[in-house]
Amino acid sequence: MMPMQTLEEIKKRLESAVPGVCVEIVSNDSPCQQRSLLVDRDHGPQVAAWLRRDDALRLDYLSNVTGVDWPEVVTKQKIKVKRKVDGVEKEVEEVVQTRSGGYLEAVYHLYSMELKQGAVVIRMRTGDRDQQNKLPSLTPIWRSAELQEREIYDLFGIVFEGHPDLRRILMWDGFEAHPMRRDYVEPDDYEYEPTPHDSVLAKAKAHYPPEVAP
Amino acid sequence: MDEGLRSELSKQGIFTSTLEDLYNWGRQNSVWPLQFGLACCAIEMIATSMARFDLARFGAEVFRPSPRQADLMIVAGTVTKKMAPQVVRLYNQMPEPKYVIAMGACAISGGPFKQGYNVLKGIDRFIPVDVHIPGCPPRPEALLHAFMTLQQRIDGQRLTGKSRPRHLNAEAPSEFPVPQFGAKDLEPPFNPEVWQPPRLVRSE
Repeated sequence: MMPMQTLEEIKKRLESAVPGVCVEIVSNDSPCQQRSLLVDRDHGPQVAAWLRRDDALRLDYLSNVTGVDWPEVVTKQKIKVKRKVDGVEKEVEEVVQTRSGGYLEAVYHLYSMELKQGAVVIRMRTGDRDQQNKLPSLTPIWRSAELQEREIYDLFGIVFEGHPDLRRILMWDGFEAHPMRRDYVEPDDYEYEPTPHDSVLAKAKAHYPPEVAP
Repeated sequence: MDEGLRSELSKQGIFTSTLEDLYNWGRQNSVWPLQFGLACCAIEMIATSMARFDLARFGAEVFRPSPRQADLMIVAGTVTKKMAPQVVRLYNQMPEPKYVIAMGACAISGGPFKQGYNVLKGIDRFIPVDVHIPGCPPRPEALLHAFMTLQQRIDGQRLTGKSRPRHLNAEAPSEFPVPQFGAKDLEPPFNPEVWQPPRLVRSE
């Protein structure tokens, strides 16, 4: 049996098969080093259909869909720049801000039952975390995405367009927040913690009566 | 009644008792549990009812699928906030006298999932619990022990007076408010008439 194509080969063939698609290989620093394909959201369904249909890949089995929240992180860095001040070249310190994150991500793990190969991991990113939180649903291509996309909608707040039945699944209708987001504020029900420690202790202390609180 | 006289009469084939003893004896030996489970503790509850541990020896073999016919609610497993109103509603639908066993760490306090976003920190925040069993999950022997503890409690109940059980007290409530789904949490987050956080006192 032929070994599965590398991610570079898949990317190259994908770019010729789906015109206008923007694919990027995302590296992974963890020990497994499983890299993934970042696909632009407008071409998501076309890419997914091609991955499923392609004779060399036949990715007919979607094993897992999950979400990732990337809050916006601003890192400030001081660098020294040479610049002309009053006609004289001087070294000036400048603060450079780099922004990263600020979007939500859906991650799909794909295998092929027919060719017994995998996994190929594809990702799609939303525009931001508030208004542009839409991604195309891949449920029309892999039926097994239905419940898991609902779960991502529930916990992360990604709206999947083209999903047949997008409702909350773990929380109730009318619940406002998305609990798996990094900035989720949970209700303050720490009034009784028998063995508190660390962050729980800090929250429980807010409920201690004044004569007990240190 | 004098114990010596009672013993003497029983030798002659005459058995005497009080109405209270008879009433409690009947209740404690036919406690029918409600057939429902919430998580992995339910598997231990099923094991308890099967041949090896045999809950039938205590008169509780008839797991009823309807709350209208059940006396005992075994809260076996994690109570999520989405499930909590249904659990309270099931409890409300059970006729008096009714009892609750909170089985396992989750039903007592939320257990290992306590800090989860959708886990209720103990079912005793909404309904009165008679017996708590710790464990994750408790062994079937522990559930049997909880059951025997419940039987002893039923046996010790006085039918008149201030400490009479709830079903003989017309003023005591038999139904408890069902919490509503709010925007952030259950509303209310607990029933203050049933549960209050214990007061912390610092020891010197």
